[in-house]
Amino acid sequence: MTLTERTKRLRQESLDAVETLSAERAELLTAFWKRNPGTESVPVRRARAFAYIMEHKTIWIGKGELIVGERGPAPKVAPTYPELCCHTLDDLRILDEREKTSFRTPPEMRKAYEELVIPFWQGKSIRDRIFAEMEPAWIDAYEAGVFTEFMEQRAPGHTVLDDKIYRKGFRDLQRDIDTVLERLDFVNDPGAFAKQEELRAIRICADGLIRFAERHAAAARALAEKETDPARQGELHRIAAACARVPAEAPRNFHEALQSYWFVHLGVITELNTWDSFNPGRLDQHLFPFYEKDLDDGTLTETAARELLQCFWIKFNNQPAPPKVGVTAAESGTYTDFALINTGGVKEDGSDAVNPLTYIILDVIEEMRLLQPSSCVQVSKKNPDRVLRRAGRIVRTGFGQPSIFNTDVIVQELVRQGKRVADARNGGASGCVEVGAFGKENYNLSGYMNLPKIFEIALNNGVDPRTGKKIGIETGDAVRFGSFDELFEAFRKQLDHLVKIKVRGNSVIERIYAAFMPSPFMSLLIDDCIARGRDYHDGGARYNTTYIQGVGLGTLTDALTAVKHHVFGSTHLTMAELLDTLRENFETNEHLRLALVNKTPKYGNDDDYADEVMRRIFEAYFDAVDGLPNTKGGTYHINLLPTTVHVYFGSVIGALPDGRRAGEPLSEGVSPVQGADRLGPTAVLKSVAKMDHARTGGTLLNQKLTPQILDGNEGLDKFVSLVRAYFRLDGHHIQFNVVDAATLRAAQAEPEKYRGLIVRVAGYSDYFCDLSKALQDEIIARTEHQSF
Amino acid sequence: MGVIFDIKKYAIHDGPGIRTTVFLKGCGLDCAWCHNPESQAFERDPLYRDGRCAACGACVDVCEEAALTLVENTVLFERTACVLCGTCVEACVRGARELVGREVSAGEVVAEIRKDLVFYDESGGGATFSGGEPLAQKDFLVEMLRACRNEGIHTAVDTSGHAERESLEEVSGETDLFLYDLKVMDSARHEATCGVPNDLILKNLAWLSETGLPILIRYPFVPGVNDDTENVTALGKFVAALSHGHPVDILPYENVGRDKYRRLQKSYQLPEIAAPTPESVDAAVAILQEHGLDVRVRGECR
Repeated sequence: MTLTERTKRLRQESLDAVETLSAERAELLTAFWKRNPGTESVPVRRARAFAYIMEHKTIWIGKGELIVGERGPAPKVAPTYPELCCHTLDDLRILDEREKTSFRTPPEMRKAYEELVIPFWQGKSIRDRIFAEMEPAWIDAYEAGVFTEFMEQRAPGHTVLDDKIYRKGFRDLQRDIDTVLERLDFVNDPGAFAKQEELRAIRICADGLIRFAERHAAAARALAEKETDPARQGELHRIAAACARVPAEAPRNFHEALQSYWFVHLGVITELNTWDSFNPGRLDQHLFPFYEKDLDDGTLTETAARELLQCFWIKFNNQPAPPKVGVTAAESGTYTDFALINTGGVKEDGSDAVNPLTYIILDVIEEMRLLQPSSCVQVSKKNPDRVLRRAGRIVRTGFGQPSIFNTDVIVQELVRQGKRVADARNGGASGCVEVGAFGKENYNLSGYMNLPKIFEIALNNGVDPRTGKKIGIETGDAVRFGSFDELFEAFRKQLDHLVKIKVRGNSVIERIYAAFMPSPFMSLLIDDCIARGRDYHDGGARYNTTYIQGVGLGTLTDALTAVKHHVFGSTHLTMAELLDTLRENFETNEHLRLALVNKTPKYGNDDDYADEVMRRIFEAYFDAVDGLPNTKGGTYHINLLPTTVHVYFGSVIGALPDGRRAGEPLSEGVSPVQGADRLGPTAVLKSVAKMDHARTGGTLLNQKLTPQILDGNEGLDKFVSLVRAYFRLDGHHIQFNVVDAATLRAAQAEPEKYRGLIVRVAGYSDYFCDLSKALQDEIIARTEHQSF
Repeated sequence: MGVIFDIKKYAIHDGPGIRTTVFLKGCGLDCAWCHNPESQAFERDPLYRDGRCAACGACVDVCEEAALTLVENTVLFERTACVLCGTCVEACVRGARELVGREVSAGEVVAEIRKDLVFYDESGGGATFSGGEPLAQKDFLVEMLRACRNEGIHTAVDTSGHAERESLEEVSGETDLFLYDLKVMDSARHEATCGVPNDLILKNLAWLSETGLPILIRYPFVPGVNDDTENVTALGKFVAALSHGHPVDILPYENVGRDKYRRLQKSYQLPEIAAPTPESVDAAVAILQEHGLDVRVRGECR
């Protein structure tokens, strides 16, 4: 590691700090809300609440820090958002006690919740409103585990910043706001007043963040006066100067650029607890002009730039994602906030965007080895192989980062969705694998769709066999199906029906956010909210996309293939016999289960028999979702990624015809079922490339490799070719897990000794020891299956 | 038609780039360290993975020759009674039983090779025909090589060199690269460990070098068997004296084959051998380099 003494210490402090919840934000918000009972418009009131929090929240400047500012009162201390969802005292106790991803909830925090926060917000949160508005069919499907709902606990966010804050200060943006305000036409435009209120709100938020920065400048000056070490004193003065300058004005140098972004980041994640992943996006592109200029001026050295970047990395790691309520720990438990910093890719004119800073950032990723921020390399056919080789050398160390994206397909995907070419080229991937036009798009992930569950419902004529409750529609008794096509048609009908239920729910939820939870600070940042005078949650963004993420493609493919092969392709198994065996979870017929596992064509082996079934599922899902209108003037698209939900989704499904037992996890992303791919990476990539990635908004492929495969220069060369070939086939994304099973088992036995062990789970990296036992077991099983 | 026992994708140590390696069954040599014991016989081999077996008896029930019997939760196999019909393999849902070796047409093999074209294109790879001894099925080999060449797929033939000159001549006209094994330089020692003298192998190599075809010499480096200075020196001297320059790739012995012997119910001829030390490999590299040779270890240039 080439960390400096400073960053070594700060990194360790960040790792050692204990995740804790703070009531500070909730208390400030509640106090403001009580004092201002609502004589002004919703956006203005929310903007003033934001400014109030920024004016009063605790300022933290850590010893030796160069980039300053925290979301909570101190590193690793997370605020809460009772206006979105209000934790109960039980929640706070469970969060404190639970084994995985726990949060300390100190007595004074619980006291504030008991006396102030809960009495005020209970029954009034967005979550309460959402559940009150959902139709019974939605509630039934939600409870059956057919889909999840992202917006019930966190606000729709899922966007990434472009280069505007490096070109413009907030004062410049306020001048843009004033221009629009002056031109409002109260004679001809019936929306003029609403626009005026939104624009005023945005303006107030800009002032709020500027004030927050000024408070840091004052605090740094005060610290400087007391500081006895002249070197640190100089640093504090430089910090104070930067905080006095940005984000009010455009940054003048590398340091100010990073500090400006960091204040903006804090603004976004303080205004709302956004799902998720807000980040600077194409960091090597944004910073390179400052880097070059500062080097020329002699005001910055490469070493100093590295140290600033390291400090910047630590700030991300200091922000654990605030926990959910109701503690649906099975659904997802992670500290990760999915900030995925992009490197590489192409410039606006389509040319190779890799620059010297790309390599420096890759060094920082390797040296820091932190969970947050996550990182990726975008690779276009125009980018040199050496950037991919550099990424391969990091991948080889067993650190789950960086993931690797195909820029050329990302651009295709965005342009197909109707984006301008320049906006597409300036975009990239965020969260796990989702594409977006950075700085110009509200691309909202609305929830996961449990595809194998829908198949199970189709096998049972619309009924969920777990509860006996009717969840779908009547598509016929499966025993009477005469052909595979009939079975598939039943699945397709259930899918259409359940997607529509989800979309109806989304249409209500999106409006609830637009009406009650506008996001004026975010609207300051995303084009064209200011020009349109419309909120980010209300169609203000230039592009508005709603995604439903399909989960369990591999499992469903193998399940359908097994029925096609064993029931409709031969005479030795009847549908009735199969359904009986599934109902009893293979308990008296292990022989059949093994035949289904071992004597069936499987997805992931470049075998057209199974891969054709996968393509049919893909097309059916695409047809069910793509092109439906959302309420923000945009459309629905699909992507295929699971985060960790494949574990929860698996837990609500009985035995399936691929030999999977009841309750076991589903396959993740577009990866084959764990252990079903037996012919090595090229066969997996070929199978996966048979779907049309260009018509998605992102697919996730997790490929595990043994360390030996990446040995030496030869191993790296072949790694580069492997990725290039997948991308030539229009694959969207690939990430690599390089670990061995023995290490993982040891970590499971003695987690204390392996706290730092990071694995790529499904689109993001997480500490292995923080994962659930089920997910740990799954990763171990994946690791053992390495015959090549 | 020919007999193969495996097709391996993403082969990254069998020639340049990412390759698909086709393993032809049957070999005239009997090397003590062979880590593909299932490659040796020309006929099919019954293979048994005891770790997967649950002694359910399904294979016993279907065996008409009574070659399998269930005794106290263990399935016993009488090799001499087996007629290689494969019904036990069909019956085993755990994949514990396998018949190694299948008869396939050149067309079927090339169809499988063709699947990874995009990886060959990106990496400068292709197909490698290994074994066993691929030259032992010369007509089948030539048919596959021609089909590959016809489609512009780069080919390599991995040979022991123990083959009729006429076969070698014909194959040399159809392939782009030879991977040529040199194991033990002294003929008597060669016969002792590999079952045949090496005169033919060395003469064939000398002739092949004269053709000017690219040849990569592969040297399986087995401690206590062929890692002695005398053998390394003789090897270096021989390769240096060939009419064209050829790189030598040292393949340090790895004890990966032992488990396979157990599955085939064959006995392993070597005692427990540790992998060679890096120092002994370095010493061999140094000797070969003294002879002016381009030396690699597991494909990495030294």
